[in-house]
Amino acid sequence: MHPLLRAVFSASFAASILRVTTPVLFASLGAVVADLSGVVNIALEGMMLISALMGVIASAFTGSAWVGFLAGVASGILMGLVLGYFHLKLKTNVILAGIALNLLAAEGTVFLLYAVAHDKGVSSSLPSKVMPEIQIPIIKDIPVIGAIIGKQNVLTYLALIAVVMIYLFLYKTSFGLRLRAVGENPDAADSVGISVHKVQFIALALSGALAGMGGVHLSMGYVSWFSRNMTSGRGFIALAAKALGRNHPIGAFLASLLFGFTDALSNYMQSLRVPGEFIQMIPYVVTLVVLAVYSGRQLKSGRSSNE
Amino acid sequence: MRRNAWFELLRTGVAIAAALIIGFIVTSLVSESPAEAFGYFLKGPFTSIRRFGSFLEAAVPLTFTGLAVSLVFSAGQFNMGAEGQFFIGAVAATAAGIFLDLPPVIHTVACLAAGMVAGAIGGFIPGILKARWNASELVASLMLNYVFLKLGMYLITYHLRDPSAGALVSLPLKESSWLPQFTRTTKLHAGVFVMFLVVFACYYFLYRTSKGYEARMTGQNISFARYSGIPVLKVMLLIQVLGGAVAGLGGAVEMLGIYRRFQWQASPGYGFDGVIIAILARNNPLLVPLAAVFLAYLRVGADVMAMYADVSAEMVSIIQAVIILLVTAEAFLAGYRHRLTLKEVKQRASAS
Repeated sequence: MHPLLRAVFSASFAASILRVTTPVLFASLGAVVADLSGVVNIALEGMMLISALMGVIASAFTGSAWVGFLAGVASGILMGLVLGYFHLKLKTNVILAGIALNLLAAEGTVFLLYAVAHDKGVSSSLPSKVMPEIQIPIIKDIPVIGAIIGKQNVLTYLALIAVVMIYLFLYKTSFGLRLRAVGENPDAADSVGISVHKVQFIALALSGALAGMGGVHLSMGYVSWFSRNMTSGRGFIALAAKALGRNHPIGAFLASLLFGFTDALSNYMQSLRVPGEFIQMIPYVVTLVVLAVYSGRQLKSGRSSNE
Repeated sequence: MRRNAWFELLRTGVAIAAALIIGFIVTSLVSESPAEAFGYFLKGPFTSIRRFGSFLEAAVPLTFTGLAVSLVFSAGQFNMGAEGQFFIGAVAATAAGIFLDLPPVIHTVACLAAGMVAGAIGGFIPGILKARWNASELVASLMLNYVFLKLGMYLITYHLRDPSAGALVSLPLKESSWLPQFTRTTKLHAGVFVMFLVVFACYYFLYRTSKGYEARMTGQNISFARYSGIPVLKVMLLIQVLGGAVAGLGGAVEMLGIYRRFQWQASPGYGFDGVIIAILARNNPLLVPLAAVFLAYLRVGADVMAMYADVSAEMVSIIQAVIILLVTAEAFLAGYRHRLTLKEVKQRASAS
């Protein structure tokens, strides 16, 4: 068997898929929650980036990874509320507001990194912590499966749990029903006494919290430092994953896995004699192609209004 | 109508003032002597001829991406591809500048055309995905930015690289392809003429041609445009291709006029700056150069501040973000506008 194929069918490869999927999965769940409440959250990219840095800074100053985690999540929530304030209260176009927050995050994190660590590239001078890896007792001893999900970062498990939690929250709770009602038809929701803005604010805060967890995983799990623009488009890929996953948490999970697969594949292929730039291109090209193919199918099935 | 324009100007002014105040507050949080630092920031671009020159130079690429974004925004499209189109346009112009063997002016034109075509392809891909398969042009163009960045770096590294140079840079462009610089002290170059040509071309297209009218109508009210028989999908595709061509041309002009060999390792960020410019200029091509000069002023000021004071240049991103947020916030100062309208109506009522 070709060495690449052998690598792809190994358990350690499957484990690496889960690892690289984690940040995108968090963000795509955040995209689903915001979108179902009727707000497109394009600021996910910036939210992840700021949370990644805040997590590193807070953990470095307190010496606790969990304080870093909370700081990262809190920054995500704050960003969500800022986006909500401008979009809902001041009537800023939500895409433009998202772009503003992304610009702020892209350079603002460099500004902050320089102010704290006197470095514009990486945070390696800060003694930041890493979220722990966990071994699950019985599962880790099962062959193959144990090697895949027996030992992962705590945030990877949290992401998998979040898929189920968000699903239950959206489809099995009354607040989830209200949230979807607001996204489906805000006027109708308003007429039955649901406070549309309040629901959307909460959705954006939750969306920010999820993106924040993804950001924390990047800088305190995936690697152990913050580097400038380390999200490299994962927040945008999360938007694509949301679209591919039909705005459903399970769908977004599967779409994120697809991205994780291509990303892990590109990491493995670094050793082959293919120019690195092409390999790094794979996740983005795959996302583009799948987006086109999938949207095309959607158009055909709903071909009434557009024709 | 005139009251509206005056109000928009006022709102832009207040937004900029608020952004500068917030920028000053942030500066004073990190600086030992914030007043001095902010002084460098505001006066920086005027402190020497060279800096004044670099301030005007910086406005040129910003004008191109500002025009590109204004075009697609006019048609209500959220194509964020200007970043990648500008980058790939610069790469294409570099390749044409190295490999083609042509007499002076013709070589320059060929390089500019190469940049335009590359950028237009960058606009065509999200455009056709949207028109044929209804894929979100927002997500598609964001993905494409990364694809173009990697593709461009591949071409530079494996096909255009100068092996004798220490850093990762391309071979120098042939002198016959250069856009001449006016003086020795600044790098201000003949690309400025190309820029003004494109400014007027974009204005003419949007406000004086029927296709431009259709594009603006599609942007203002897509349902109305569709019912009045405008082929909205074709218009969207056309405008994204045109936007791409303008952004790609900008990348080419920057290569031929300023750098003369490709030396970026990352995307220079002009595409997203183009969004700010389009917002400030209200998508009006004639106002784009003004907005670009303003943004260039902030950028060069920030660089000067970073050089002489203890504040890093990225501070300016905070100012930019606040400007976008406040200028596009419809409810910002809406109460004032309401009072203004009320006053005018009362005056009219008492006059009659």
